[in-house]
Amino acid sequence: METLANLALGFSVALSPYTLLLAVIGCFIGTIIGALPGLGPSNGVAILIPISFALGLDATAALVLMTAVYYGAMYGGRISSILLNIPGDEPALMTTLDGYPMAKKGEAGNALVLSGVASFVGALLATIGLILLAPVLARVAFLFGPAEYFALYLLAFCTLGGMASNNQAKSAIAACIGLGIAMIGVDSSSGLPRLTGGNLHLYDGVDFLVAIVGLFAIAELFFFIESHGKGSSIGVVLDKVTIPWKYIKQTFPTMLRASGVGFVAGVLPGAGASLGSFLAYMTEKSIAGEKGGFGTGAPRGIAAPEAGNNSAAGGALVPMLTLGVPGSGTTAVLLALLMTLNITPGPTLFRDNPDVVWGLIASLLIANVVLLVMNVPMVKIFVKILSVPAWVLLPGVTMISTTGIFALTGSYFDLLMLVGFGVLGYFLRKLDVPTVPVILGILLGGNMEDALRRAMTLSDGDPMYLFSSPIAVGFWVAAILGFVAPMFLRGILKKPEGHKD
Amino acid sequence: MASDRIFGLVTLITAVAYIAAATQIQTNFFSGEYLPKLFPIMIGAVAALSSLVLIFKPDPDPDWPMARTWGNLLVAVIVLAVYSVLISPLGFILPTALAAMILSYQISPNSKQAVLAGIGLSLGLFVVFKFILMLGNVVAYRIPTPAKLWDAISILIPFVGH
Repeated sequence: METLANLALGFSVALSPYTLLLAVIGCFIGTIIGALPGLGPSNGVAILIPISFALGLDATAALVLMTAVYYGAMYGGRISSILLNIPGDEPALMTTLDGYPMAKKGEAGNALVLSGVASFVGALLATIGLILLAPVLARVAFLFGPAEYFALYLLAFCTLGGMASNNQAKSAIAACIGLGIAMIGVDSSSGLPRLTGGNLHLYDGVDFLVAIVGLFAIAELFFFIESHGKGSSIGVVLDKVTIPWKYIKQTFPTMLRASGVGFVAGVLPGAGASLGSFLAYMTEKSIAGEKGGFGTGAPRGIAAPEAGNNSAAGGALVPMLTLGVPGSGTTAVLLALLMTLNITPGPTLFRDNPDVVWGLIASLLIANVVLLVMNVPMVKIFVKILSVPAWVLLPGVTMISTTGIFALTGSYFDLLMLVGFGVLGYFLRKLDVPTVPVILGILLGGNMEDALRRAMTLSDGDPMYLFSSPIAVGFWVAAILGFVAPMFLRGILKKPEGHKD
Repeated sequence: MASDRIFGLVTLITAVAYIAAATQIQTNFFSGEYLPKLFPIMIGAVAALSSLVLIFKPDPDPDWPMARTWGNLLVAVIVLAVYSVLISPLGFILPTALAAMILSYQISPNSKQAVLAGIGLSLGLFVVFKFILMLGNVVAYRIPTPAKLWDAISILIPFVGH
């Protein structure tokens, strides 16, 4: 009953004509962002945060807009996967495996609608899971003290690093870069500057928005300059779009299973949507066996990763909202949004700002319905947008990113740092160093250090205090396992090869 | 192999420098003697350890771009840096048009397309930012004095700017 009352509160916040309009706009922009190759959800949300902040939207409105963009981008990622064999974002990678072959068989429209429905089912089930699980977890999280939080942050870095990279040392370095940057600025307890090198511009610290936009959007520009924007033309023609009821009925059990798998993967801190779509696809592949025809355009091979990926995106919101620990790159960016709006995620969020939490959940449900309605009849419009050439798109994205940052801070120094982060992002990605731990480090560094400092103050400097409770020890064990296990599982967890022409 | 070793070495040196800087962090009565230094030193230590692993167990080299592409990338970085300092003294439209033009040309070397992209993006985005989104700090154009222009450019010159 309490849940229903909370939901009613959420809908009363999110269902005004104004916020509905924002949700529709957000879904539209988000789908475009997700569909454009090289502009994933993290990118898109990151570029739009400074702009939505400079617009002066209030917390609820900004949250509705950006979550709509987030879900929209998760939907949109499949369009370029299916039509171009280019994943619009990393989680959509698995959709290319069966989506593109199916589109080549002349069933592009069917593939797009089926994946749209699968996305809807996945996202809907995940939102319901979020509604049920998040308040429970929030209550458990009240038991956490500084030792538990420190171990939890560590766990997030370890599992994320384990999953995100092929080399543990590189993901550890990435996390250290982010954490190291987070330490820069005036120290809150002493009021004295730390590690600024005497540069006055750095006294406020490094703005995480500058880092995110630089590492994602500006670095992407450099990659396009390197490749001269090759591979951005339409590969498959889309003719009539009808609703393939047969496929939807046939794959419905697959969607349910994949949503379950995806949700669990999303809830694990640090794992996120890529793992969700991967596990969902592999599970269905092994259930179907040889006769399933996976990899040759099987409908189930489209439904599984799409349901899994959208469900994981919803699941990733659980640790983000209740513990303040994001489960994926995009939720890290959403966490950045909340922090920009001066909302601190964590168990207290559910107690102190129920309107924000439940408004967010209600807007997720609204965005999901809007997206389904928008995506089936309007898919042709989004396909048109895919043909925007790279020589307009990338300069445009760059200019939007820089202007967004400039409108927010008005400082040339931030713009120069933006370029610097772009260069850093280019080299890191070239060297196969994951950039998401860097972002996570900048976002969580302050909180992680606070937890450590409080633990040390409480225990008079006894390091054993960090291992003093069963929950904390559990997190430490999980962190070490999450960091070490992928080294041994790499052979088993190898990603299947994409379809080649 | 070599790339990862160089990257590891750079990280190692940075990490050691970071630890050294962390030991010099000023403290006072409120913060206690070692707490502001503890976490930065831990970060530096983990980074140093990981970079040693990288030096001894490097991955295969990535495909680095050719010399000409490096030139293009350098041009792009310079364009963006100059753009960053000029957007204040010159306003939005002119620097944006020039920067978008050059970047567009670098992605697809076709001067007609590039001019179109530059002018179109600059005017289009200006209208969106100024009149639809009504963002602050976005000014159409400014006519700076030479001294102001030099001030802005000199930011990019080491030891001359501020």
